[in-house]
Amino acid sequence: MYVAVKGGEKAIRNAHALFDEKRRGDVSVPEITPDQIREQLSFSVDRVMSEGSLYDPDLSALAIKQARGDLIEAIFLIRASRTTLPRYGSSKPLDTSKMKVERRISATYKDIPGGQILGATFDYQHRLLDFSLAEQKLPSESVDEIQGDEVLDDKIPRVLDILNNEGLIEPASMESDESTPPPDLTRDPLDFPATRSLRLQNLARADEGFLLALGYSTQRGYARNHGFAGEIRIGAVAVEFAPEELGFPIEIGEIIVSECEMINQFKGSKSAPPQFTRGYGLAFGQVERKVMSMALVDRALRADELGEEKIAPAQDEEFVLSHSDNVKATGFVEHLKLPHYVDFQAELELVRKMRATSQVMKEAAE
Amino acid sequence: MNVSSTGYNFAYLNEQTKRMIRRALLKAVAIPGYQVPFASREMPMPYGWGTGGVQVTASILKPDDVLKVIDQGADDTTNAVSIRDFFKKTAGIATTEVTKDATIIQTRHRIPERELEANQILVFQVPIPEPLRFLEPRETETRKMHALEEYGLMHVKLYEDISRNGQIATTYAYPVLVEDRYVMDPSPVPKFDNPKMHEMAALQLFGAGREMRIYALPPFTRVKSLDFEDHPFEVQKWDEPCAICGTIGSYLDEVILDNSGNRMFCCSDTDHCRSELENAAEAAQ
Repeated sequence: MYVAVKGGEKAIRNAHALFDEKRRGDVSVPEITPDQIREQLSFSVDRVMSEGSLYDPDLSALAIKQARGDLIEAIFLIRASRTTLPRYGSSKPLDTSKMKVERRISATYKDIPGGQILGATFDYQHRLLDFSLAEQKLPSESVDEIQGDEVLDDKIPRVLDILNNEGLIEPASMESDESTPPPDLTRDPLDFPATRSLRLQNLARADEGFLLALGYSTQRGYARNHGFAGEIRIGAVAVEFAPEELGFPIEIGEIIVSECEMINQFKGSKSAPPQFTRGYGLAFGQVERKVMSMALVDRALRADELGEEKIAPAQDEEFVLSHSDNVKATGFVEHLKLPHYVDFQAELELVRKMRATSQVMKEAAE
Repeated sequence: MNVSSTGYNFAYLNEQTKRMIRRALLKAVAIPGYQVPFASREMPMPYGWGTGGVQVTASILKPDDVLKVIDQGADDTTNAVSIRDFFKKTAGIATTEVTKDATIIQTRHRIPERELEANQILVFQVPIPEPLRFLEPRETETRKMHALEEYGLMHVKLYEDISRNGQIATTYAYPVLVEDRYVMDPSPVPKFDNPKMHEMAALQLFGAGREMRIYALPPFTRVKSLDFEDHPFEVQKWDEPCAICGTIGSYLDEVILDNSGNRMFCCSDTDHCRSELENAAEAAQ
């Protein structure tokens, strides 16, 4: 009678089986492996790690395969997996000044101590389809030859520190010392007003597209704060953890992160002279677009702190933080596919009743 | 600790998480109608598809519980099937479609027609727990309004409905006042179900996963649907009985039968419909 929604168990089983079949595609084409995804689709892998809030390239690649390349679905798979993991504690803050830099650029100075390091980027590529990629190629020059043999400095100074020496930029804020544990939005419900570190945590796992659009809106006059990419650096940093029973930190591994320090205008206020201010972005993997957008939005969200008038969505903490999570957003938007016929029935009944009432009133008036 | 064959803890969540949710539940029961923030976890089903209800159920489930899951009143809707399977798999508990046999009933959008009993718990899936949300989008504001018992905005909205349409144009998620204190969203059940909440013998728990809120109605809590003296609250009525079981007075779904728009009405509560049909058959024998 009404099988479309009340399909029941068999229909669901069949849908899952069909999905598996579609995922495999044409069986005459070799099956893709998570290794291939991890090695050759690394930007996808990095996005899933950063928004999935779990640093694990292998699981990320597996999730992308399972989700048939739908990255938000892959992020969802990672989140649902990470939520079951036990929590041992917090690592020490990452020291990104000791990063093994793969790429590091500044837009504010022509040359900088430590040098501009382009690394692997498509920034200056002509976006012409490369038809030769359609063919399988043998590996050509090795990366070492391309890179040359220049040894990079152990510790590359921060561009913003140079400005800071002159007092032209506000110091990086220290909200909490190491004795207070950082907030954790996966263990405590989001509460407003949020601290900056909680906001940054939210933005770090926020949807890239959402942040991109919000960051873009600040450039187009909706809370304009004119950003300069003071420094973007990408590379491996050590993660340190201090187990309670040991009492001192030990290195437990390395992760690749992208960091963006944005330099923004500030007109000055009654209590502070004009100076540059900071916006900050940090996320797992090579996710430049993400961390740049994040830094713009972070800066916009500091409106209250800097005494700026709040006029635009990007400055609105509740608006931004409540809608940034794509796993939540996609779930709730897509839940409209679920049956709603009980509520719809109630609405039908009301509309019929109201139409009948207005008809009666109309007739009475005539 | 009870590990099921899936490799996950009993009912998926680890014990620390369950303890955190149970604390929120206890607080919710202590302050009927008050929304308790809780650290909702990501679940393996999407937000908006019952993650709040699933977390509440997972936290209160015991191995000897018998679980019933309904969506739109029916046990065989896709999402109800999926959630029931989830608990069968991760908790290995018994499930049922028979309302009176269930110890826990997780629901979306309906309250069963059959009166629930003291040994039963009804778990609601809640999309937007804040009844004032569509009047005031900011959480900072709405929390203040609840704290100050400042519900004028809601009454103005209902009044405007009446002046504009001659009646209150809210048919589901119809706001209720709990124990003369908190205005509460009853979840998107049709207002037809609101009176069942009043002084219900069963414990009613509400979980909103995406919005990270839990609230509760302990047994025999007074629940009043908001209205005015000259415009008393009333529920939907149908002129015809259920086309399948012939009962009068249950909530009916409208089913389109063909392209020319012919339709029939039948019980939304599938267990109710089946048991009415069985009763009628017995009486006939």
